[in-house]
Amino acid sequence: MTVGAWAAMSLIVRRELCLSFRRPGQVLQPLVFFLIVTTLFPLSLSPQLSLLRDMAPGVLWVAALLSSLLSLDSLFKSDADDGTLEQLAICGQELSLIVIAKAAAHWLVSGAALVVISPLVGVALGIPTSAFATMMLSLALGTLTLSWLGAIGAGLTVGLRRGNVLLSLIVLPLAMPLLIFGANATDRAIGGTSPAGPLYFLAALCVFTCTLAPFAATAALRITLE
Amino acid sequence: MNSAPDGLSVEKVHVWRGDRHVLKGVSLHLRPHQLLHVSGPNGAGKTTLLRVLCGLLRPEEGAVAWRGLPILKSRTDYHASLAYSSHDPALKGDLTSLENLRYSVGLRRHLSNEELRANLSKTGVGDCADLPARVLSAGQRRRVAMARILASDAALWLLDEPFTNLDAAGTELLSLLLAEHVRAGGLAVVVAHQEIRLSGDVHRLELAA
Repeated sequence: MTVGAWAAMSLIVRRELCLSFRRPGQVLQPLVFFLIVTTLFPLSLSPQLSLLRDMAPGVLWVAALLSSLLSLDSLFKSDADDGTLEQLAICGQELSLIVIAKAAAHWLVSGAALVVISPLVGVALGIPTSAFATMMLSLALGTLTLSWLGAIGAGLTVGLRRGNVLLSLIVLPLAMPLLIFGANATDRAIGGTSPAGPLYFLAALCVFTCTLAPFAATAALRITLE
Repeated sequence: MNSAPDGLSVEKVHVWRGDRHVLKGVSLHLRPHQLLHVSGPNGAGKTTLLRVLCGLLRPEEGAVAWRGLPILKSRTDYHASLAYSSHDPALKGDLTSLENLRYSVGLRRHLSNEELRANLSKTGVGDCADLPARVLSAGQRRRVAMARILASDAALWLLDEPFTNLDAAGTELLSLLLAEHVRAGGLAVVVAHQEIRLSGDVHRLELAA
C-alpha cells in the first residue's frame, strides 16, 4: 500500500512542526529579534506619535524581512547535515511535494507567527488599530512570498559552509518589491486611504512565487544534492 | 553478460569529481536473490557508486536501469522500491527512534506504531523506541537505521558500510537479515571492508583506487 501525496505532505508538515517544538529557541529567536528591533526605534527616536507613524511601515517591514532571513538558513540545513535530506530525496515521493510541505511548515512557524505578534509591534510604533488588518494581511502575503524565495536560496546554498551570508545576498534583492508594496500598503492604511492597489500587487507576487518557486527550489536542491 | 530486465543493471558508468576520474566504466548486473559485495581501498568511489545507484548523482557517462527502465526517467517509482543507508545513520537527534521511523518509513507505506516497534525489536533496539536518537550510541543508531531499512520493505537494499560500529552480535544479526532478504527474492548492494559470510548468491566487485 503506497502513501498518497496529501498523506506524505501532511506527514512532512507534522515532522517539521514536531522538530520545531523540540527546539523552541529556533522558532522564538527570529520573533524576539523582530520585537526587539522594532521597539528599539521608539526608544532611540523621539516618541513623537506623528514621527513614529511616518516611520512605522518602513521599520516594520525591514524588521520582518531581516527576521525571516534569520530562520531561512535552517530550512534545509539541519536535514542536510544529518543525512535525512538524502533520505527524503529518495523516499519514493516527488521531491517537489516535500519541498512544498517543508516551506509551508516553515512559514507556519516563522511567517504566520510573525503575523500573529505584529499587532504588538503595531502598538509600539503607534500604528492606529484601524490599520492592523491591512498590516497583518500584507505581512502574511509578504512572509509567504519570502518563504518561497528563501526556499530557492536555501536550496542553492545548503551545501555551502557559510551559506547564510550568500543566502541573504540572493534573497534580499528579490525581496525589494515586497518591501515597497508592503510598506506602501501599511502606509496607506495608516493615512486612511485605500491600500487595495499595493495589496493586489503583493497578492500577485505571492501567487507568482507560490506556483513557480516550488519547481525552482526543487531543481536547486537536486543540484546541491549531487 | 546480457541485461537483466528483472533486476539492476549498470552499464559503463563514468563519474568525475572535479579533475578526478572516480568511477572508470563500472558495469554490473544484479538479479533477485543476489547480493553484491563492493569493496576497495578508501577513495576508490564506493560511496559514489552507491549514490549513482540511488539516483542522487547523475553519472557523466553510462546508464543505470532498474527492471529495464532508466532510473532517472522513472525516478519516483524506482525510489519507492529501494532503501538506502548512507554511512551516517540519517536520524534526527531530536526525534525518538520510533518517530524517526514513522516520519521516514511513513512516506513509503502505512505502518502502525506496533509494526514499527516490532521492526525496532527485530534489530535489538526495541527498548530505545521512545528515546531521542541523540542519546543513543553509534551502534544503536546503526541498528535503528537497519530497522528503517527493514520496515521500508524495499526490494533493493543499498547499504554503505552497514557493519561500522556494530558489535559482534550486531554483525551476525545484519548478516542474517541480509541472507533472509536475499532468500526472499530481494537484491542488495553492500559496501563493506570485511568479508560478508552468508549462504546466498554473493557476487563481488572490487573497485581500484
